[in-house]
Amino acid sequence: MAIALPAARPSLRTRLRALNFAPLVALLVLFVISAVASPYFLQPQNLLNILRQVSYSGIIALGMTFVIIAGGIDLSVGSMMALVGALAIALLDRAVDHGWAGGEPAAIGLAWVAALALGALLGLANGLAVTKGRIAPFIVTLGTMAVFRSLTLYLGDAGEFRSSSGAYGDMGMSYLVGLPTPVWIWIALAALLSTLLNDTAYGRHVCAVGSNEKVAQYSAIAVDRVRTWTYVIAGQMVGVSAVLLSSRLNSLSSTNFGKDFELDAIAAVIIGGTPMSGGRGSIWGTVVGAIILGIINNMLNMMGVSPYLQGTVKGLVIIAAVFIQRKLVFGGAPRAAGGRARPTR
Amino acid sequence: MSAALVRAEGITKEFSSVPVLHDVTVEIRRGEILGIIGENGAGKSTFLKILAGIHPPTAGRLFLDGREIAIRTPLDAKRAGIVLIPQELNLVADLNVAENVFLGNELRRRGGLLDRRAMVARTAELLASLEVQVDPEEKIAALSVAQKQMVEIAKALAFDARLLVMDEPTTVLTRREIGLLFARMRALQARGVTLIYISHKLREVKEICDRVMVLRDGRLICLEEVAALEIDEMVRRMVGRELSQVFPPRRPGEAAVALRVEGLTVPGVIEDVSFELRRGEILGLAGLGGSGRTEVAEAIIGVRRTTRGRIEVEGRPVAIRGPHDAVRAGISYLSEDRQGSGILVSQELVKNVSLVSLARYLRAFLVERRRERTQAQHYVQLFSIRTPGLDERLEFLSGGNQQKVSLAKSIDTEPRILIADEPTRGIDVAAKRDIYRLLHELAARGVACLFISSELEELIGMCSRVLVMREGRVAGQVEGAAVTEEEIMSFAAGVKGEA
Repeated sequence: MAIALPAARPSLRTRLRALNFAPLVALLVLFVISAVASPYFLQPQNLLNILRQVSYSGIIALGMTFVIIAGGIDLSVGSMMALVGALAIALLDRAVDHGWAGGEPAAIGLAWVAALALGALLGLANGLAVTKGRIAPFIVTLGTMAVFRSLTLYLGDAGEFRSSSGAYGDMGMSYLVGLPTPVWIWIALAALLSTLLNDTAYGRHVCAVGSNEKVAQYSAIAVDRVRTWTYVIAGQMVGVSAVLLSSRLNSLSSTNFGKDFELDAIAAVIIGGTPMSGGRGSIWGTVVGAIILGIINNMLNMMGVSPYLQGTVKGLVIIAAVFIQRKLVFGGAPRAAGGRARPTR
Repeated sequence: MSAALVRAEGITKEFSSVPVLHDVTVEIRRGEILGIIGENGAGKSTFLKILAGIHPPTAGRLFLDGREIAIRTPLDAKRAGIVLIPQELNLVADLNVAENVFLGNELRRRGGLLDRRAMVARTAELLASLEVQVDPEEKIAALSVAQKQMVEIAKALAFDARLLVMDEPTTVLTRREIGLLFARMRALQARGVTLIYISHKLREVKEICDRVMVLRDGRLICLEEVAALEIDEMVRRMVGRELSQVFPPRRPGEAAVALRVEGLTVPGVIEDVSFELRRGEILGLAGLGGSGRTEVAEAIIGVRRTTRGRIEVEGRPVAIRGPHDAVRAGISYLSEDRQGSGILVSQELVKNVSLVSLARYLRAFLVERRRERTQAQHYVQLFSIRTPGLDERLEFLSGGNQQKVSLAKSIDTEPRILIADEPTRGIDVAAKRDIYRLLHELAARGVACLFISSELEELIGMCSRVLVMREGRVAGQVEGAAVTEEEIMSFAAGVKGEA
């Protein structure tokens, strides 16, 4: 036998297929439970609130999906979001104060461009440190997490960045055909990145690199470039999210902005069924994962659970998600029988 | 006491309700060397793993010394004196020899601290009894494969193994090392140890084993004295049908040179390697393990940095800095290390086939799935790949079928030059024959093929010209009627040729 699998049925193949639908099933079950538990849950305003709330970390989670599929991790996204958002607001303010030629719309456009560019640049720095510097992604992004937050605190003197542009705040609050604008942007980006992942050569290469780096190298794939770009994509998603969230508040707290977003993003990816070991994953799964987290938070709020305890629940859900994935695949058999040696980096 | 050390009665094993072993009843005699042969998927490894406690059987009973025993875990097996030496050796590279020998079984002083001195001394004794010259305090990482194997055996003996089960121990050994291994196996036998030996190499089975057990599709076909079974007959029983001509007729190359390599040098690895490969030729590349064959291939495709050397493809010099350049130049490499650098086992068949050639299936940045699938389907039929579908992940296919996918991947770029490195390693007779036929067909279409192999038999069967490497250099070349085992070995072992 080529591989040893524990005796259990249905077959591993069927179970793996079931794994693809597990997040969706979990979402539906959670939805029904919530609807029964609270009459308020199904009110349109509540559902829209949930979607809006999760869209910010949800957008970041899309980029995180690429990073994780390629075998990496990015812990710096929350701090990066604060730094990018702070500089975007600072730039916006400066442009508005100095009466920029195009007026507020042009100034907002400038903030967008700056945020995307800076996000890409900081992502590139992460990516190059991982690939050219040959440093473990965990370490690189742990380091930059500290750097980005500290720079934000320094620039803002640990206080707030306030935008003086009313139009910026309006943009953050706006709706488009019944849905909050960030939700539309989230869905559009998910569609775009899902196509990138599944239907382009780059997407295939990301999976190949995460699956086995050496095979990818021998298969004429530019491993370092592919991997670096996953961090750039993550950085750009951070840029988008930073503008959307800072415009919603029309201000930004240098201590709190983007706090725990790395946790939310990674959790959404994992709950969405993308394995931490990389090699495969699903963008829409991540979207579902983010919504699951959002509903859980919403329910905890409605049940009057202390906000301080919500982190406990979130943490346990992440651990449970991974545990359930393992159960589904290995049927609870000991790893010695079912586990394969995975190529490690 | 009965003559049987182990009696397996009605052993049946199912994985996910798929039977892989069916009602196998055998007696293993005390002090014999028992060979187990069969095609891939015949159930050999499963049988071993049941003996070694890695898988519990679905049904059936095991007896040791006539008493029924339950072996549910590897530890149960070890306590019963049954030790498996797996194909992929199971040593911790960062620990030293003695630490590995006593791993999980450490000797302690009073107070619970490790008794390093006793462990080193005992390891030295064990190694000496095996006539192996290895320092017990050497790190595993510094040992050769053959030495590591001996450490595995020493480790088994430290457990007072009575039944030593060896799964394809010779695949990665050179001929000389195989000879030494066999000598030690006989010495163990003389000490009363019983051995089980699994191999695809029937000649070795014939040489070392007392009896041989043939499995096919999970069933016991026969268990006979080796002396009574000729190799042809073993093959016939393994396959269950007559195998016609294994090798297609040899073909000479055309006149045009497809690949010219001159003075290729990777410091400390290969030195001044030069050769010409003609269109439509299957050029053999022989040599002992460690002679630099794979390294030549890796230098050509740009995975290894060369300090000197010139590569011409169809008369034009090419600069190859990495696999990407090699593919562009029309060179494709079929890796010897299937799962390590050949295929993505966790990805689907169709995605593996197009992994290198993906650019062919792109239309405005998007992969045209239908065209990609049609092509993959084409290979599945052409190579008779046994798979439930194109979306099957390769980890669920047998080794032979994985190898065929790996070959499909290598030729989907439509290379003019194919470097096939050990294309038949670890696969069964029927799959081997398919691979030979495919290489032959490629050559007939004008593809130049560099065929690297450790199995002289297949080099002789396939190639009308063979280069022989020794210590990183081309030691010589044999051609036509001179392509014989004796000639190749005399260059490889340094009897002939300069090095």
